[in-house]
Order: sequence, then C-alpha cells, then structure tokens
Amino acid sequence: MWRDDLRGIFYIALKDMRTYYLKPPSVSWGIVFPTAWILAFYLRNPQNFEQLVPGLIAMTILFSTTAAEAVVINFELRLGSLERLLLAPISLPAVLLGKVIGGTIFGLMMTMVVTVGSVLGLGLFQVNLVYLALIIVPSLLVFSSLGALLCVLVKEVFEAQTLLNAPRFIMVFLSGVVYPVSAMPLVLQYIAYLMPLTYTVDGLRQSFSPSLSIFVFVDTLVLLGFFVLFVLPAIRLLYRRFV
Amino acid sequence: MENVIEVTNLTKRYDKILAVDHINFEVRKGEIFGFLGPNGAGKTTTIRMLTGLSRPTAGNARVLGYDIVSEIVEAKKHIGVVPEISNLYDELSALKNLVFMAQLYGIPCNQRKARAEELLKTFGLYERKDHLFGTFSHGMKRALTIAAALIHSPKLLFLDEPTVGLDVAAARSLRNLIGNLRHQGVTIFLTTHYLEEADLLCNRIVILVKGRILKIDTPEMLKAVAEEESIIEVSFKKLTSKIVEGLSERLPELKVIATNHNKVRIYGGVPVYVLEKVLQYAKDGDAEIDEVNSVKPSLEDAFIKITGLSPSIMATEKGGRR
Repeated sequence: MWRDDLRGIFYIALKDMRTYYLKPPSVSWGIVFPTAWILAFYLRNPQNFEQLVPGLIAMTILFSTTAAEAVVINFELRLGSLERLLLAPISLPAVLLGKVIGGTIFGLMMTMVVTVGSVLGLGLFQVNLVYLALIIVPSLLVFSSLGALLCVLVKEVFEAQTLLNAPRFIMVFLSGVVYPVSAMPLVLQYIAYLMPLTYTVDGLRQSFSPSLSIFVFVDTLVLLGFFVLFVLPAIRLLYRRFV
Repeated sequence: MENVIEVTNLTKRYDKILAVDHINFEVRKGEIFGFLGPNGAGKTTTIRMLTGLSRPTAGNARVLGYDIVSEIVEAKKHIGVVPEISNLYDELSALKNLVFMAQLYGIPCNQRKARAEELLKTFGLYERKDHLFGTFSHGMKRALTIAAALIHSPKLLFLDEPTVGLDVAAARSLRNLIGNLRHQGVTIFLTTHYLEEADLLCNRIVILVKGRILKIDTPEMLKAVAEEESIIEVSFKKLTSKIVEGLSERLPELKVIATNHNKVRIYGGVPVYVLEKVLQYAKDGDAEIDEVNSVKPSLEDAFIKITGLSPSIMATEKGGRR
C-alpha cells in the first residue's frame, strides 16, 4: 500500500507542476514579487544588500510554495478533479501530500534560482550549504502545508487567496525579513517566535554567517514541528470534507 | 451467481437529512444493475459510499469482496468510477489525462501510452488525442471520462447519470458502449433518472425514493406489476391542466396523469367504462380528442404504480428532455 501511496504522491506532484505551477502567474508570484519587494529596500539602502539576502530567500520560499495552493486545491475541489484523485487506489493523506510536495518542488526550484543568483551575484561564497539545506527543505514543506491547510478550510479560490494573504504579509513584517526581530518591541518579538518564517530567516542568516551555530538545528526541528502542526489538521479537514 | 456488491442496512445521514435509509441489495457478476429514482433519492450518495468517497453512518457493504470502510483502497484497484461531472483536467490533453490516470492506477510504464491510445480509438477520440480536455464538447468529455475509468480494466464500473446533458445521438452512442462493456464481462452499476435508459440497459433495477428501496426486480417483472391494471391513453388536440382536472373529477377513483405530447394516461378501472366517461367528457365540449388507445405498460407506468409519483418528477430534472 505504501508503494501505491508513494507512486500517487509522485505523480500528483508531477501533474500539479506541469498543470499549474510552471505557468507565468505562479512563477511571477513566486519569484518576481519577492525580488521586487527586496529591491525596493535595496534602493533605499544599497550598502547592506547582503543582509537582505536571507529575507529575500525566505520570502521566495514563502510566496513560491503558496503561489498555486488555492488553484491546486480549491479549484480542483470546485471542478471535482480532486475527487477523481480520491477515487484512485491511494490513501487520502497521500493525495494531500502529493499537493504539498508539488508546492515544495516548485518552491525549491524558485528558491534555487534566487539563492544561486544571490550567492554568485554578491560573492557570498562563505555560505554553509548543509545549513542552507537544513533550513530551506523543512521551510518549503512548512509553507506548502500551511497553504494546503488554509485552502482546505474554505471552498472558493478567492477565499483561499484572501486567507493566504493574511499570514503571508503578517509574517513578512514580523519575522525579521527586513527588520531584525531583536529590534522589535518585546510583544512583537513574542508574536514573531510563533511564526515559522522567523525560524526560516534566522536559520538562513546563520547559513550565511561565517561562524558555525548549533541553533540552525533548533530552527530545523522547530520548522519540522510546524510542518506536522499544519499537515495533520489539513489531512483531517480533507477527511471531514470527503469521508 | 457470484455477487460483486453486497449491501446490508447501508445508511447515510447528513445532520437531520436521512439520505440513504437502511438499504439492502446485491449486484451479481456481469449484470447491469440500475439505480432508478428522482433527484435526491440517494443514488449518488450510495455510489459515493460504495466507492469510498463517503463513510456510511450505519450498515456495511462489500465491493468485490472488500469492506468499503477498512479495505476500500484495495477495492479501488478493481473498480472504475464515472462521476456525474466529467472531472478530468482541462489543462491536459486527452492522451495526457489518460496517461495520468494510468500512472495513478499503477499500470506499468511501458503499457500506459498503448492502453490510453487503445481507449481513445475505442471511444473515437484518437484523432483528438493531443487536444486539451477543456476544448472538448460535453459528449466528448463524457466519453473521455468513461475511458479514464476503464484505463485499468476494472471488473466493476460505477456510472453515475452517464447520459445527463448529452444530446440524443451522443446518449444513444454511450448506451451502445455501456452495452458493449457488459458483453466484455464488466459488471456495471448505473444510476439514472431516465426511465427509458434503465429499461433499455439494465438487467435488474432498484427503484429508490427518499433513500429507501421500494422495489428490486428485472424491468420485465417491474412492468408486470403495472400490467395488473388497464391503461387507457387519450391524445387530445390540445391538452390543458383543466382537462386533466376535469377527467380526474369524472373518474375520481382512477389515476389520471398527463404524460407528454398532449396525452393523458388513465390507470385502472374497466376499459369500456373509462372510455365511455372520457368520450362523454369530450362530448360535453370540454376537449377535442385525437386518439384513444389501450397501451402496454412501460417502465414509466410501473414506476408510477410502485412509487405513486408522477413521472414529471423525473422529466422535470431532464430539463424538458424525455
């Protein structure tokens, strides 16, 4: 049975990539928007662009993974094509994980473009690739599953997109993407540490730092915890909707 | 004969609505088994439970020997489902849609394309294999949806209202295809609210109303139920509701039902007496009669007799098509 599920996850992710993700709206939302946003800060203060790179990568992870979740879930729910997947001999968690992995792979592609571009363009060769992988991969899973969770909560595509925008923009402002969390008022710092993007940004900053830090592993564990926290209720909600 | 579906006290409740109410039936290997009933009868809910899309509130069922709750993933390997809505992917071509289904059902890599192309040829869609599903007509979408359900050569095929929304020619072609599938040994579970479709295709029919099974039998035996009483069909030049009401008043003990094309059917009574009353009614100047016939009962007549419902409840849902 697990082999059927793995096959299902793989082909659902592949189909979503071909059908929805690798299309201009997803690419622009996933990569152009974060780049334009960070460029706006760069133009304001061109001297410290290197410090904005972790934030740029974190935003790319966040926006690319959630770029098409509303389409892959709510649009398919409306058309009944998600139901078709559930008629196949694979489990319901496998169907949802296929959707999450599709977003994760697309996010990884977009993040690779931005990361490699930043490293080569700015000469940031001191980056720790192991740390980078330990932060990027769990972060992609976290935000893809967050997108899936919010999408299965509602019915319509526009409702899902509206619902997704709230955590996206709150996290961009409070998770240290542009302003360090330590510089924020104490109350906002507490709120920031409830958000997964804070751990993504923190882990990415440590990946680009020349010193080695054990806190990267803490960030990874917290991010994996967030993944479980988002994906399990998403599966449960999908069960309630169908079974 | 071997049963491929066995249903015992299957029940589904949505809050206060009892959609399916303790139904029991078996489907035999190789037959076309029809679920006939008006909209809201519980046909689709039953299919959803039998295919794992909905969990029963009570009761149990086995599909191809597998329990529909605990072993449904295994059962899905051997069943094909054609939902009421043609729900393949608009953004994929006909061929890619079928290949994707072949991937999901675990058909070996080297056989997927050949199997998809074989089905496209069978359904007359091969020439359009590279066209997007979204560009297909309703009939072509329906045909491809059925092809997708057959990609893994299922032993049992669920067809939920397969001809809804199709034009007459496409519906006829689809019915021929369903008949051919049966000859290939596929057991078919068909839901429909088209009485003539059930009569044409099914070996046995369940009449389902408000979630309850009223009768299970062959079309012939169901029609025999209606044969117990006489049926007089009267064609008027122009049938109005006033005529139907007028006839009902003159024949209060009988059932007078408007069918189609300015016709009414009068069920029961002694034919000579009924005829006399009808002619008297016409003579009184209330209506002009074209033709009077004694008719052999159809499945529609059996449906009326068994359910007590007017056939218009089914006709209305067809958007006027009968």
